[in-house]
Amino acid sequence: MARGVVITGIGILSSIGRNLPETIESVLTSRSGIGTLQHLDSSHKDEFPFAEVPWSNAQLLELAQLTDPLGYSRNTLLGMIAAKEAFHHARLDQLPHLRTGLISATTVGGMDRCELYFNDFLTNDSKNQYIDVYDCADSTEKIADLLRIGDYVTTISTACSSAANALLLGARMIRSGRLDRVVAGGTEALTSFHVNGFSALKILDKMPCRPFDANRNGLTLGEGAAYLVLESEEAAHIGNRKIFAELVGYGNACEAFHQTASTPDGKGAFLAMERALKISGINALSVDYINAHGTGTDNNDIAEGLAIGRLFVEKIPDVSSTKPFTGHMTSAAGSAEAILSILCITERIILPNLNLENPMPELRFTPVPKLIRGIDVNVVMSNSFGFGGNNTSLIFQKPNHK
Amino acid sequence: MEELIEKLKREVIEQLNLEDISPEDIEADSQLFGEGLGLDSIDALELIVLLEKSYGLKIEDPKDGKKIFHSIRTMAEYITEHQKT
Amino acid sequence: MAAFINGIGLISPQQTTDPAMFLPEVMEYTADFLHAINPNYKKFINPIEARRMSRLIKMGITSAKIALADAGCQMPDAIITGTGLGSVEDTEKILSSMNAGEQLMSPTPFIQSTYNTISSQIAITLKCLNYNSTYVHRSFSFESALQDALLQFEEEVAATALVGGIDEMTDNHLQITRRAGHWKTLAVNNLQLLSYKTPGALAGEGAAYFLLENQPNSSTYGILKDAKTIYNLEGSANMEDVVATFLSANEMDINQLNAVILGYNGDIEFDRVYDRVGSGIFRQTQQLWYKHLCGEYYTSTGFALWLAANILKHQLIPASVKFNNLNSDKLQHILIYNQYRNTNHSLILLSNK
Repeated sequence: MARGVVITGIGILSSIGRNLPETIESVLTSRSGIGTLQHLDSSHKDEFPFAEVPWSNAQLLELAQLTDPLGYSRNTLLGMIAAKEAFHHARLDQLPHLRTGLISATTVGGMDRCELYFNDFLTNDSKNQYIDVYDCADSTEKIADLLRIGDYVTTISTACSSAANALLLGARMIRSGRLDRVVAGGTEALTSFHVNGFSALKILDKMPCRPFDANRNGLTLGEGAAYLVLESEEAAHIGNRKIFAELVGYGNACEAFHQTASTPDGKGAFLAMERALKISGINALSVDYINAHGTGTDNNDIAEGLAIGRLFVEKIPDVSSTKPFTGHMTSAAGSAEAILSILCITERIILPNLNLENPMPELRFTPVPKLIRGIDVNVVMSNSFGFGGNNTSLIFQKPNHK
Repeated sequence: MEELIEKLKREVIEQLNLEDISPEDIEADSQLFGEGLGLDSIDALELIVLLEKSYGLKIEDPKDGKKIFHSIRTMAEYITEHQKT
Repeated sequence: MAAFINGIGLISPQQTTDPAMFLPEVMEYTADFLHAINPNYKKFINPIEARRMSRLIKMGITSAKIALADAGCQMPDAIITGTGLGSVEDTEKILSSMNAGEQLMSPTPFIQSTYNTISSQIAITLKCLNYNSTYVHRSFSFESALQDALLQFEEEVAATALVGGIDEMTDNHLQITRRAGHWKTLAVNNLQLLSYKTPGALAGEGAAYFLLENQPNSSTYGILKDAKTIYNLEGSANMEDVVATFLSANEMDINQLNAVILGYNGDIEFDRVYDRVGSGIFRQTQQLWYKHLCGEYYTSTGFALWLAANILKHQLIPASVKFNNLNSDKLQHILIYNQYRNTNHSLILLSNK
């Protein structure tokens, strides 16, 4: 009999807030974090809007309560701050030790430093302390050391579904009895490397992204970090702590179609959502809200939109993409949006799909255009679909909801 | 025009890394995408890069690429029409 | 939950591409790093499909196809890849062009530079819509992939899983990481690797894919019993205890172990970790080693697993991998122990079917 998995701690740092309370404040006031680049020196800074975390590396260092910047990438700083918030939110620092894992996700790793120092790496010894900061494990291990988590540590990279897969693995590790607690999520800092890459793919919108809009023209890149503390039900009952939600379903499917595109009818999205429903044992009719991947690209929104219409045959839940709030946080999107989905349960809201003017005529639904308050939300689904066709869907439920 | 077509064939082969294909294998009027050579959306983006790199012609919207990149000949015609002298 | 190793595909600096051969000869090199021997990729991948594939992707797809053919499996229920560095070549292409101030970026290397592209391109090749994931944690990458697969079997959500460990090395990356003290400062002879007694390892590269299944078949090599990663938090890990506990959890004790494959890589400072357990808990165990054959890279335990699986299948140990003079009258249980800079330790246990 698989053990239940619950969420006892949340930490999030993005363009809409340094922490959970600021994030809640932003979403309740429909405040978007999309604007112009202030910190990243990108050749595209005047061309596209971005949802940059509005703090410099020096400020992040301070927020992380560190003094020596040496060897810390922006990516790592973002991750450390958010992971620590989640850890303390769940009061894990005060409780007796149980088997605890850290499953983090990132794709850029320390690239925000390494792209600046590449020439130095090749020609001189002045930046040697940043060489080992390059790979994806660096931020994870610095978080593990900070939180003193050692029982299980790993890093996942599946592009835009990375953090969702971290949560998925965390849930499986707890359900199977291998771990009692997992800090799971992702971190991604903006880098010229991937800003240029997305620009080369011609999928960045010159305006703030408009998911599910007939005139949408691409995505808006964001950055940040988001972590959740997952625990088994027994572990969660220690220490009289609040349980924010239950992670009841998860589905992972590969599009297996093209490196950057989904099948036109969203086969992979359909399968990921279907598998999540199956694991949860929940009927499609019971899902109250879907936090869509909804990037604002031509391809994703039609594929995902059609897949939602095909899966939720009898009744389509409220749907919105929160990427107009946070931008596309890439490897951190899966956990950031899981948190936003959970906020719909805890704050009794449905988050709006901002920037929607002309809903797509091809779809069987219109996303929620404005914030809805004072509504009972019991079951939410959060979708994250990555380049390469790595699709993941997660389902969260209000605690003790039957 | 014919000279440009031959040059384009070589450039397309190089930009798209079509290792086993020689210029003789590509017909000037054959469809490049879908059927023909079976190129895809990423190849279209690479051809946009080629046009800008070699001919200084910028294509902002990848959707415009569909008509321009229909065949080597349509590419040559576009270049001839738009290239600054 | 255990799984049967029914197919293997390995591209490495040794002659390992043909599953029917088990180290017919040992390749000796004097090199800055050990380069994988590239098979004729055109035999495995259609040239048009291969047009934008870097060498790393070709290595991954080819070794995956070899493993599937070896096992007689067309469609795995899961594809899980471990890679510590992903595509170094494509990443460098982009960084070099950014460095040169080039404004125009080609999309292909960017797509190829994402870590999950290997696992995803294998899925595209096979049209496999099943579970797909990629682990990118240094020398835990391959082991994390194995652990995920074993969990899938325990959960009974998969009957087959294609699991791989793949990493490449380039001249630039070697040069860069040499500055960080990872490698020997000059070219060395791989077969004399332990004679130098200097800091730094000999780098290598390779791609190893395994088809794991919940039942044996005629091509079974052995049983993958368990895989464990140990993060040496604050230097507190006591590997002697960890090994004993690991074996005990698998209902075994040290005396039942017929061989242990150790990850000696020539770095005098970190090889001491193996010296300690070698004269400790493993002092009466037949000890083998493998990184003189494939070099050091984050997913080198893929090579070690290939070695262990073949030892079990053929019931023989190649002389070239012997480390100490102890022997074993049977070859039933083999343990692989690897560690990276005394921070990332891993254990993989195999048994005969």
